[in-house]
Amino acid sequence: MLFPLPNGSDAAKPARVAVTGAGIVTALGVGWQKNAEGFRAGRTAFRPVSLFDVSRQRCKIAAEVDLPDELPATRLSRKNLQRLDRASRMLLLAAAEAWSQARWNAADDMPVVLGTTGGEMNLGQQFLRQAIQSPDDRRRQPTRITHYQAQRQGLDLCGAFGFQGPVTIIANACASSANAIGHAWELVRRRRAETVITGGYESLSEMTLGGFDSLQALSPAPCRPFAVDRDGLTLGEGAAIFALESLDRALRRDAEILGEIIGYGAVTDTYHLTQPHPGGNAALGAMSAACARAGVSPAQIDYLNAHGTATPHNDAAEAAAINLWAGPRAPDLPVSSTKAGIGHLLGAAGAVEAAVCLMALRGQWLPPQTSSGPLDPACRFHLVREPADASLNIALSNSFGFGGANATLILRRWA
Amino acid sequence: MGLSRVFVRGIGAVSPAGWGVPALRAVLDAGAPLATQPLSRPGRQKPLEVRLVPPPPSRPSFLGHARLRRTSAITQFAVAAAIEAWGHNAAPAQKDGPALGIVVCVLTGNVTYSRRFYEEVLRDPPTASPLIFPETVFNAPASHLAACLGTAAFNYTLVGDEGAFLQGLALAAHWLADDSLDACLVVGAEETDWIAADALKLFQHASVPAAGAGALLLGKNSGPGAIAELAAVTGSFSFTQNQSRADAARKMRAQLPPCAADELLCASAHDSRPADRAEVAAWRDWQGARLAPKALLGEGLAAASAWQCVAACDNIGRNKFAAANVSVVGLNQQAIGARFTKPVCSASP
Repeated sequence: MLFPLPNGSDAAKPARVAVTGAGIVTALGVGWQKNAEGFRAGRTAFRPVSLFDVSRQRCKIAAEVDLPDELPATRLSRKNLQRLDRASRMLLLAAAEAWSQARWNAADDMPVVLGTTGGEMNLGQQFLRQAIQSPDDRRRQPTRITHYQAQRQGLDLCGAFGFQGPVTIIANACASSANAIGHAWELVRRRRAETVITGGYESLSEMTLGGFDSLQALSPAPCRPFAVDRDGLTLGEGAAIFALESLDRALRRDAEILGEIIGYGAVTDTYHLTQPHPGGNAALGAMSAACARAGVSPAQIDYLNAHGTATPHNDAAEAAAINLWAGPRAPDLPVSSTKAGIGHLLGAAGAVEAAVCLMALRGQWLPPQTSSGPLDPACRFHLVREPADASLNIALSNSFGFGGANATLILRRWA
Repeated sequence: MGLSRVFVRGIGAVSPAGWGVPALRAVLDAGAPLATQPLSRPGRQKPLEVRLVPPPPSRPSFLGHARLRRTSAITQFAVAAAIEAWGHNAAPAQKDGPALGIVVCVLTGNVTYSRRFYEEVLRDPPTASPLIFPETVFNAPASHLAACLGTAAFNYTLVGDEGAFLQGLALAAHWLADDSLDACLVVGAEETDWIAADALKLFQHASVPAAGAGALLLGKNSGPGAIAELAAVTGSFSFTQNQSRADAARKMRAQLPPCAADELLCASAHDSRPADRAEVAAWRDWQGARLAPKALLGEGLAAASAWQCVAACDNIGRNKFAAANVSVVGLNQQAIGARFTKPVCSASP
């Protein structure tokens, strides 16, 4: 039963939440190792868009993923695999890495909580194109519309690893997967689930590139978060998936613990559909709420992975919020936006950036953004621009989205 | 039974029956399917048959809000249903008042603006409208609703089949149980567009696509004004390689009580179509009263499961039944159920 809660569960002591599996796919590569190397070095992965025609768009670059020809062996049949398009493939690759790392067995009721803004958007576009251009041609249309829907990708994960769900899809724009991880964290923390598969995924599509271009939110050059002359974001694609379980369960089964999620905050900004409150009120609220739930103060945060899209509005509001939230800690608080290397992954951004935090905590290094221009003087914090080793215990990740979705996750090193 | 109790403190609906719960109630009480309307489909001679939401009797006052000037139909349906459930003469939530959360559940979501925008991108990307694109994002209706009601609390948009609305109820109930919120609006909403109707027809040829919204206001206060108690939300049983629709429906049914004479079944299935067989079989033992809003209103997807819950609560609130079970066996994701009962005052409101 989803409700009411089992007797006594309301009063049970909250569980600590361990990450025992993580998988990641970005334009830097497929898998933890390649991504850790790339993020540690501050590599950038932008190139001309090859997936669709951008000749009439102002922005012609993005961070595309090079997908392998073969997908990992799972319980999905060859026929099922053939039906998976780009977003599903990235999701499956990330999930397979997390699943094998966690060494879990399938359980009937293992929840899947995913964040995405578009599901398998490319199939939706193909469906629409064919319906407009060849209305009498119904070939492949049922498959497209079935596999376009985000719940299908969640069910495919269940099928791939042999469990039944339930599947929850959170679509809170660019905070989607941060909210998904936050919700999954709550499920484990409140002892409503022992294990949860969570994260986010997103593929590049004409629709989103055209959309952000129409808003003049895309930079024609690689994005420069927090630079004084920043002029917009660059899109990317990818996926990150986590296996979450209670720390006591992870210890009991002697699992390798990659880190802990210790805090989550979510606040809604009602200022404007696409622009944040100039003072970053909701960002400040989300960071403060996450810290309060984690029981930590800004002074204890060793690294902050900013939302940092490189749009004038977002970075100004986020900088204001970080300055205010960090207070006297700001001048020596290491902050970077890893979107400078892999672009904005929209619904997948929160999950991928949480994975970057986990990598940094594990490896004890700061992820630099090496492509930034001159720093906006509004940023009172230390923007990480060069690769550096560091002693990190706690990291914070911000994700903000259209519609005023603001979410913050806090992760702790496991040592 | 856990320690936390959750009550339905308001209901709202927009449907092909009209704007408001009374219009929905009138059609469900009458029991006759609404007339259909033709919806043209580019490139094809034969129009689609759908049930459209009629225009509101007067311009809703919420449309005066600056955020709602260019909003799509789905946002207007969602906001109207939510404000009806919220009551309070549509006054925004007080800044220092109870924390009001929002969960909006959709399957197709903002499909009209999405189609229009993509058509513009295909035609000539540099002229694609920047006014439309933000409205294509799934959480636009939830965002506009939060702005109308002035609430900064939790605000989630869930995407899934019809069962997502019941998942939304459970999510809201958890937030209430955790004291993260004092109240939560759960809304299921959809809008009509030829592309979505065309897609639905690929799978359910006999279905009549419909649109609208339904909303429940959940809170912890069992005092005056409580319409029903949310007694249970079953597990969400996914349709997977190892769990058929029939298995999932059976498991959902098993988590709800046997038939009682003074109880209502509010089902999503309404005839013997292949898509409905699993649900019909799961509830074969039910000899009591049944209501299937979709049969009268059409396939409203997330809105339809919300109408089921609104109808269940409304029937309890009008003392027609002591309890109502809601059964949803969705289009392509899950079987999930809920149970509402008459509210009995708890010791501590």
